[in-house]
This record gives sequence, C-alpha cells and structure tokens, in this order.
Amino acid sequence: MSEAWQQAFARVPELLAAHVQLSFSALLLALAICLPLAICAARAPKFSSVILGFSSLIQTIPALALLALFYPVLLGISALVGGGISALGFLPALLALTLYALLPILRNAVTGLTGVDPAIKQAADGLGMTSMQKLRLVEAPLAAPTIMAGIRTAAVWTIGAATLSTTVGQASLGDMIFAGLQTQNWTLVLAGCFASAGLAIIVDLLLGIIEKAMAARHKFRGWVATGLLAIGLIIALLPTFQSREDIVVIGAKGFSEQYILARLVGSRLQKAGYAVEYRDGLGSAVLFQAVAAGDIDVSIDYSGTIWTNQMKREDAIPTDQMLEDIRSWAKDRYGVAMVGALGFENTYAFAVRPEDAASKGLQSLDDLARVSSQFAFGTDLEFLERPEWKMVKAAYPLRFKEARSFNPTFMYPALASGDVDVISAFSSDGRIAANGFIVLADGKGAVPSYEAMLMISSRRDADEQFVSAVKPLIGAITVETMREANYMVDRDQDKKSPRQAALWLDSKLREKP
Amino acid sequence: MPVSEPSISLQNIIRQYGAVRAVDDLSLDIAAGSLVALVGLSGSGKSTLLKMINRLVDPTSGTIRIGDELVDSIDPHILRRRIGYVFQNIGLFPHMTIARNIAIGLELAGDTEGRKERVAELLDLVELPQEMATRMPDQLSGGQQQRVGFARALATKPGLMLMDEPFGALDPVTRDNLTEQYKKLHQRLGLTTIIVTHDMAEALYLADRILVMEAGQIRADATPAELLSGKAGDEAEALVAIPRAQAAHLIELSKST
Repeated sequence: MSEAWQQAFARVPELLAAHVQLSFSALLLALAICLPLAICAARAPKFSSVILGFSSLIQTIPALALLALFYPVLLGISALVGGGISALGFLPALLALTLYALLPILRNAVTGLTGVDPAIKQAADGLGMTSMQKLRLVEAPLAAPTIMAGIRTAAVWTIGAATLSTTVGQASLGDMIFAGLQTQNWTLVLAGCFASAGLAIIVDLLLGIIEKAMAARHKFRGWVATGLLAIGLIIALLPTFQSREDIVVIGAKGFSEQYILARLVGSRLQKAGYAVEYRDGLGSAVLFQAVAAGDIDVSIDYSGTIWTNQMKREDAIPTDQMLEDIRSWAKDRYGVAMVGALGFENTYAFAVRPEDAASKGLQSLDDLARVSSQFAFGTDLEFLERPEWKMVKAAYPLRFKEARSFNPTFMYPALASGDVDVISAFSSDGRIAANGFIVLADGKGAVPSYEAMLMISSRRDADEQFVSAVKPLIGAITVETMREANYMVDRDQDKKSPRQAALWLDSKLREKP
Repeated sequence: MPVSEPSISLQNIIRQYGAVRAVDDLSLDIAAGSLVALVGLSGSGKSTLLKMINRLVDPTSGTIRIGDELVDSIDPHILRRRIGYVFQNIGLFPHMTIARNIAIGLELAGDTEGRKERVAELLDLVELPQEMATRMPDQLSGGQQQRVGFARALATKPGLMLMDEPFGALDPVTRDNLTEQYKKLHQRLGLTTIIVTHDMAEALYLADRILVMEAGQIRADATPAELLSGKAGDEAEALVAIPRAQAAHLIELSKST
C-alpha cells in the first residue's frame, strides 16, 4: 500500500467511530419514535395516513438541506430557552438523520402490523389476550421481519447520509470525502467512500441475515448476526471512549487555504500543550455562528464576509476602520475576539483567460461589463447568493449569458478548459498565477476588503497562554506566501497535505517589525 | 363463576350497523349442557349473535347473562378466557409450535404447572399424535389444524364452547370425522355448546336444539326430530327440504344399482 493510502486510512478509525456513533444513535432514536407511532397507526388508519404523509414529505427534502435547516432551527430554539443548546455538530446531524430514517421504519412497521392475518388477530382476541399481550405475543413477532427490513433500509440510508454531516461540523467519514474533494486528494476521497460504503454493506448484510432468520424463525442464526453486529459496534466505538476533555476545536471553511491555516493554528496550539481537533468544510455563516456560540474555539474569517453577511453593511470604508468596526461589533455582540489580521487579503477576484484578455482588451470590470453578454460565468457554490455579487452588479452592468456554480476545486479547470469564460476566483489562490489567468481590476472598489482575521471564541479569549500561542500569526503572512502554500495543496503534481503546507508556512512567517 | 355447563340468557338483544339491524330484538334462553345449532343463510345475524356472547361484538342494547352473571360486568379478556372459541379460519399462531398454540390460554392465565402434561392430554383428546407437539402449524393439514384449534379452545377447561362454522373449510371426510368426535367430546366433558352453521344436515346430525335465524330474528326453535317432521314452520321447512331431498335422491340411486 502506498504512503498516500496509508495516510488516508490512518484517519479512518476515529472518523469511523464518530460515523458509527452518529448513525447508530440516529437509528435508535428513529426506532424509539417510530415503533410507538406505528402501533398507534396500525390501530387508527387516519392517524397512519397523517404520519406516513409527514415522513414522506421529509424524505423529499434533500439530506444536505435537511442538515442545513437544523442549524438555524436549533439556534432559534437555543435563543428561546436562553442558550445552552449546541446548534452545530452532533445534535443537528442526529436530528436530521433521525428524521430521514423515519419513513422506511414507519412504513414497514405499519405495513407489518396491519398485514397480520385478521383470522390470527381474531383468534388472539377470542382467546382472551389483552391489547398488550396481542401486540407482544402475536402482532410484533409476525410483523418483525417486515419491520426489520425497514430498519435495514433506514440503516443503509443513514450511514450514507451521515457523510453529509461534515457540513454542520459533525465528524464523520464525510470529512475525508469533503477534504479530499477540496484539496483534490482523490486517495482521501476514495478511502472515505470505501470506508462508508463498506460500513453500509456490512451492516446491511448482518441486518439482512437477522431479517431472514426472523422470517424463517431460525433463532441461532439471528443471534449470531446480532452478536456480530454488537461486537462490530463496540469495536467501532472504542476510539470515542478515549478521554477527550478540554479539546480545542478549530473550525475551517471548505477550501485549501482554510485547511492550511487551521493546521497552522492547530500546530501552534499543540506546541503550547493543547489538544486540538478540526471541524472542516463549514459554510461561511455556520463558521461564524459556531465561534459566536462557543462550539468552535478559533477560526480564520475574512473581514468582507463578516461585514456583509453578519453585519449586513454594504458601505465601503478604509480597511483599518473596517477592522476596528468588526473588532468592536464582534466583541459587543457575541463576545468573540478579533485578535488581528494575518496580513494578507483573500478577496473575490474576477479572472479571465489571458487569450481573452489580450484579444478583447480586458483589464477591468468595466471592460468585462462590455463583453459580459457573450461570457459564461463560473462561481463557487455561494457567490451568487452573497451580497458582494449584488454590490458588484450594482456597480458594473454585468449580464452574463449563463452562470454556473462549482466546487472551488473545479472552478479553475472550468475556466482553463473554456467551460466558462470568467470566474469569481480568490485572490490568494495559487492557481490564478499558475494558470496565467488575468485578474480584472475593480476600479470602483465595489468588492469590500477581505483581510484574513484570527477569531477566538469568548471561551478562550481570557486564556493568555492560548492567545499568546496564536498571536505571532498576526501580520505575519504575506499574500505571496499564502498563495504558494495554497498552491502546494491545490496543484496536480507533487501535492502536499494541508498539514505539510502549514508546516512550510510556519517557517516562512514574516518577522514582526 | 362456576363455568361448567353454564346456562345462557339473552334479553332483547339488538345489534345495529348503521341503518341495518343484524340482530333485531332477540331473546333466548339456552339450558346448561345443551348443544345448540344456530342455522341460517349468510347475513342472517347468526355469527353476530354468537360473538356477542364472548363480547367480540357488543350489543347496541339488551343484556346477556352467562349463568347469572352479566357479560358486560366482566373484562372482555377475562370473559373470553373462560369461553372456548373455535372458528372457520382457525387462526393458529404461525410462529408458535403446536404445543405452544395449544397451551397459549394457560400461558395467558399464568398457569405454569403441568402445561406439558395438559398439552399431551389435549392432543390425545383431539386424536392427534404426540409428535405433532413440536411441529409448526404450516406443517399440518387443514383438518389437523382445526383439531389443534379445538385443543387450544379446550385447554383452559371452559364450560362453554362457541363455534363459528368450525368445519366450514374442511373436506367432507375430515368434516364428518370431526363432527362425530366433537359430539362425543361435548357429552364427555359436559360442555354447553353453541355452533353456528349454514349446513342444516350438520345441524340435524350434531345438535339437540336447532335455532333457525333470518333477518336478525329466530324464526324456528325446535329439536332435529321436530324439524324433520315439519312442525317448525315454513322457514325451517325450506332449509330442511334441501338435505331431505338430497337424502331421498341418494336412496333412489342406491336402490337402482
């Protein structure tokens, strides 16, 4: 096995444990909800159609959207009860997956219970069984194989959908898939896929054996499969039982620069004696809210993002003033400490191919507006929804013939291959220079400044040792070194891991004046 | 309540389904120890009447007594445990062995002692071989399954047996066999039995009293002998005419050969 595979699989045990814990909890909770409901539903057909309708409706919501929806819902509930509910990580993932598992369990349980031969039910009544005895002795055992089939379907769905819980900050095998996708580390993606698919196949197989053993009333085989499942569960959960007190949680959005900076911050904290773990691949809004709620201790955010998305400001003011405004706003509003800017900016930069720039005379966004009706626009997943896009459109009359959203990883190849003609690139991305793309000037200053800033939650703000471990990063990273570090991870040949790039970056920190 | 050979008394029983009266103001006394057949066409109300006695159906109005106890003063499941109930679809529990099926009434009552012996005794009683005890219901023929149905109903030694077309789904030979055997059992165990059937020949052979039902009411109440001699009125006569004509035809046939 090559080194890349070994490295990829090294992450499996810990993530597998989290994945199993999450999926198993969601299944158990879904079972606890569904079985009583199914019993009521089997006795009242009207109620049955209501709850089956509701759970079918949930199924039509994409799993990713369901996960995303729980974040604001939990925030709202937390605010309502005076805080204390974590809107990030395990809880939203658990709730979303539980809802997702309801339908197959419920549908099969209702089918199983109502499908019991009426003659058998009449015999049970005629013999003088109470309602509970009838359920325990007759209906439940006869419906069990059908119910088990539903649990099996739910288990496979849940294990698959649990990979998406990465996006709300819950560790799962999806971490490997998302991180691998962002950094084009296909080995990592495949390892994550193999691990989660393998888990689903094994669980499906064992539950299938239990289901068939139930139908054939083959007790021994059923117990063996149940035993194997239990042993597997215990082994998979072992890593979670290791002590995990006071671990610093470092949050990162879903692109290479964030992964690298998170590891840079992490390595410095580890040197200062802290245990750290990473929550990668979070959305912009989720990341800041998580720091505000204390679910995440430290993150790197960008001034323009906070300015537009969180503070809802659209005015352009000088960078220094903007940073000061953000500092006092974050502190007063959420107790979040903006420790300082790292020294480089990662703004939205409109980039075009050099041929087009030369032949069409493109130098600025004004020039782009002139030809925009012939151009296809490629963006990351969130740009078209962000206020910056509105601000740019307000300043320049851009009318593209089409707009397509990409994972940032694929945005650059899409421009190079001609799938799109202009992209909303990131100014600190090494792939702009590496591809020779031309960045168009924003003469009107429509896009606000995007200084990278170190944010610390109120939980760690007062910890001097903590702050002094990360403070040397302030003002120490130039855009050139950041670009180079990013490119180490993003390039196709001789790729480095975010950790290696972070190590390199640490050696290139600018001496403070 | 002494359940052995109870008498049964129904007073002004009405059972209404929407606008339809399945049982229409019916009163009836059944003496302890009798074997009564309720005969009538489909929809005449005979099954509904039977199920009101063990409260599988509750009457819209009227009172039912077993012995001198009102049935609605007893919890339905307690009442039913004292009454043997056998019906056409048998309803053996497919996930339980024959032995457990037979002993289920004892299991419900919490009688743990001598269950095995009781099962062996009951298998003998319904003339099934002992090795059936460990089989599953789907390994038995229809006739054998209904024998298990009888054994299950008799396990708790009920005094009263309610039977709803118990032989309806069986082939003629098995049916004849079981009818014969049940008649003996009824006498030997001192039971009170009410059997619902649409087959007048079966009723004539089995019962000591026949009630002919139509439109929720009893149109004839007579012994088999009275029925056959035509003393029970026109409705009864119409039902008796069929087996009588069949019998006459068979006699003709056997003479001509």
